[in-house]
Amino acid sequence: MLTTFTRRGAIALVASAAIAAGSPALAEDWKPMKPVEMVIMAGQGGGADRLARLFQTIIQKEKLAQMPFLPVNKGGGSGAEALRYLKDKQGDAHVIMATLNSYYTTPIQTEIGVDIEEFTPLARMAVDVFALWVNVDSGIETIEQYAEAVKAAGGSWRMGGTGTGQEDSLVTALLEREFGISHTYVPMAGGGEVATALVGGHVDATVNNPSEAMSFWQAGRVRPIALLTAERLDSMPGVPTFAELGHDLEYYMQRSFVAPGGLTEAQQAYYVNLLQKLHESEEWQTYARDQALLTDFLTGDELQAYFLSEREKHRDILKGLDTPS
Amino acid sequence: MEVLSLLADGFATSLTPLNIMIVILGVTAGLFIGAMPGLGSVNGVALVLPLTFIVPPTSAIILLAAIYYGAMYGGAVSSILLGIPGASTAVATTFDGRPMALQGKAGLALIAAAVASFVGGTISVILFTIFAAPLAELALKFGPAEEFALVLLAFTTFVGLGGDDTLKTIVMICLGLVLSTVGLDMISGQPRLIFGDIPGFYSGISFLVLAIGVYGVGEVLYTIETSRISPAVSTARLRMRDLIDGIREMNKMWKTMSFGSVLGFFVGMLPAAGATPASLMSYGLARTFSKKPETFGKGNIEGVAAPETANNAASTGSLLPMLTLGIPGSPTTALLLGGMVMWGLMPGPMLFIEQQDFVWGLISSLYTANLAAVLINIALIPLFVWALRMPFSVLCSMVLVLCILGGFAPSQKLHDVWLIAGFGVAGYLLRKADYPLAPLVLALVLGPLMEKSFRQALISAQGDVTFFISRPLSATFLALAAIFFALPLIKMLRRRIAKRHAPAE
Repeated sequence: MLTTFTRRGAIALVASAAIAAGSPALAEDWKPMKPVEMVIMAGQGGGADRLARLFQTIIQKEKLAQMPFLPVNKGGGSGAEALRYLKDKQGDAHVIMATLNSYYTTPIQTEIGVDIEEFTPLARMAVDVFALWVNVDSGIETIEQYAEAVKAAGGSWRMGGTGTGQEDSLVTALLEREFGISHTYVPMAGGGEVATALVGGHVDATVNNPSEAMSFWQAGRVRPIALLTAERLDSMPGVPTFAELGHDLEYYMQRSFVAPGGLTEAQQAYYVNLLQKLHESEEWQTYARDQALLTDFLTGDELQAYFLSEREKHRDILKGLDTPS
Repeated sequence: MEVLSLLADGFATSLTPLNIMIVILGVTAGLFIGAMPGLGSVNGVALVLPLTFIVPPTSAIILLAAIYYGAMYGGAVSSILLGIPGASTAVATTFDGRPMALQGKAGLALIAAAVASFVGGTISVILFTIFAAPLAELALKFGPAEEFALVLLAFTTFVGLGGDDTLKTIVMICLGLVLSTVGLDMISGQPRLIFGDIPGFYSGISFLVLAIGVYGVGEVLYTIETSRISPAVSTARLRMRDLIDGIREMNKMWKTMSFGSVLGFFVGMLPAAGATPASLMSYGLARTFSKKPETFGKGNIEGVAAPETANNAASTGSLLPMLTLGIPGSPTTALLLGGMVMWGLMPGPMLFIEQQDFVWGLISSLYTANLAAVLINIALIPLFVWALRMPFSVLCSMVLVLCILGGFAPSQKLHDVWLIAGFGVAGYLLRKADYPLAPLVLALVLGPLMEKSFRQALISAQGDVTFFISRPLSATFLALAAIFFALPLIKMLRRRIAKRHAPAE
């Protein structure tokens, strides 16, 4: 049910596009001749979905494009549905896709005949970060206390996260490998559910993105122990990173856009240009700051190289996951 | 009385001419969207979300809330008139609403639905106003174990009451549960029952596809067959007297309606539950405690009132965790949440402290939206009823077109249209063989929720089954579920004993 309605909303946008139609033509070699489908690799309501919809509204509000961008959720099979769709759309310049890390992991884990190298990279808009969270009632404040508590629980320490094989479970696996601990991993439907489960005491820890747990932190219900980033965040100055505590733990969620393979350079340039403008927009920068997203913009060959190196990294992590903890 | 002064401030916001206009517009649009099979409040909200940037955030959320409310009222319309639940929340409304329409009492059923919705909406908004903050804490106590127990309770309130063949009911529930496992398993991340490797099954079988198939297409097929003997066009009319009769009739149902409202509000408030289990439970309970349970499912007006009060109350209830915890209780509130984030409002525990204008403006607009919805709805009932007076051949084809459109539009996959056709034929055959269809649909709606929470609870308890009974809330629900399951058995035994004694007298 969750994914069933977004497309209808999209149709409505065609109508609302009339508002945007008055914008001046941009001097470019190629531009879309019909509405552009913005495929989202995840279900409605998650981080990727919120981002895509935010972009859609900014594009519309700032009249960045003449044609509307219609978000379509294809979250089935951890994004397998979306990946296969994009493959079938080879050469179609009216489809772009908002990615997350399942962009690498899903083709590795499931035989869907998709090689992400064939797709056209457009731009990386942001990287989302992860933190280790506990309920304040646990009294845990440092990573040493955490590791001790988990060990004392003898494997019954409940870690809440998104579906098995998705980002949260990978981060959990990294933690287990680093500290020699083991959790009981409880998969849930989405980051929001995970955050509330921690507040309600139904799980003992989470590795939520800061945006998902921020409001509970402000309300004094949960506490971040450490960040899985290279440096501290401006929005959470008091929270240390694992790196500075002497643990080499880093993990990011990329939020990028890609297009099907076989696009011309002019077509690719159009989208890169558009995303560049989005990147510079004030709305996006404000949103990213509030949500503790890092807006590291990356395009072209560098982005492709980044994708491929990340794919290898994930292959390694997944290998480690195969041996059940 | 801090609440009252805050609410008064809220009304000062929501009663500005702009906002009143917005409420009326939103409710009317919502009514029509909800009345279309396949379109529900979710679609309405998704439709206008991008348009809300032209008005201030408070007006924007008022518009969305008005559409949400309007659609909840409208959902009953297609359930009653066509027998196709437009949204899962309106499934229970078809059970008695459709028979009433077939008996030519469509107008009365629609009035009952409107009045019941109004009562449910109003009572729940009052609860919301007074208890918003403490209740949010209660919602947090709901973990996987409680969720499972609650869904099981929803099943038993319904299953245990099978006036139909109990064995057939159980068969249909099992079939529905099997269908509900199709698609990606959330816990393991593996696809299940995808029939080789058909990509369309990855996202599972949507409730809408099954409901449109068995109710919409199946109903049309069935009607075509039966109407060869006697044309089943309902001669529905509506006069002023019917309206007064209707309201008088409703006046007798305060117990059912107030119970439905409170139940709906609480179940709707729980993050994972929502309006569908609430409306089914309310229906089931109304039937259990009725003096004439056998009249349910055959056009009892109480069977329309009970689910309609509960689903409207639940729609208010589900706003509560969205605003206070930032977690949506239903797909529609998930969209509202997205909207709030876009306007720069961060739902969560801080919202009630930092954004009082917004929160109380919204709460007060729920009162106005509710009032506007019931008035507009009653005014439009003659129009809806008139639609039923179309020639049968026209109505039938229109319903079929609506079915295909409503099934294709949400996902835009032809796969779903084929499924609808398949379910339509299957539904027709099952109906001919006297299998009840409601348990099938119910199982598909509640199945995934039940499975997910059951497995989550077992995982977090290290496989310890006593987890379910060691927690007070879930133990209570399980005990209630056991009672509701046993109740019809006891009744049956009593009847048998009574029968045995009867000839002796």
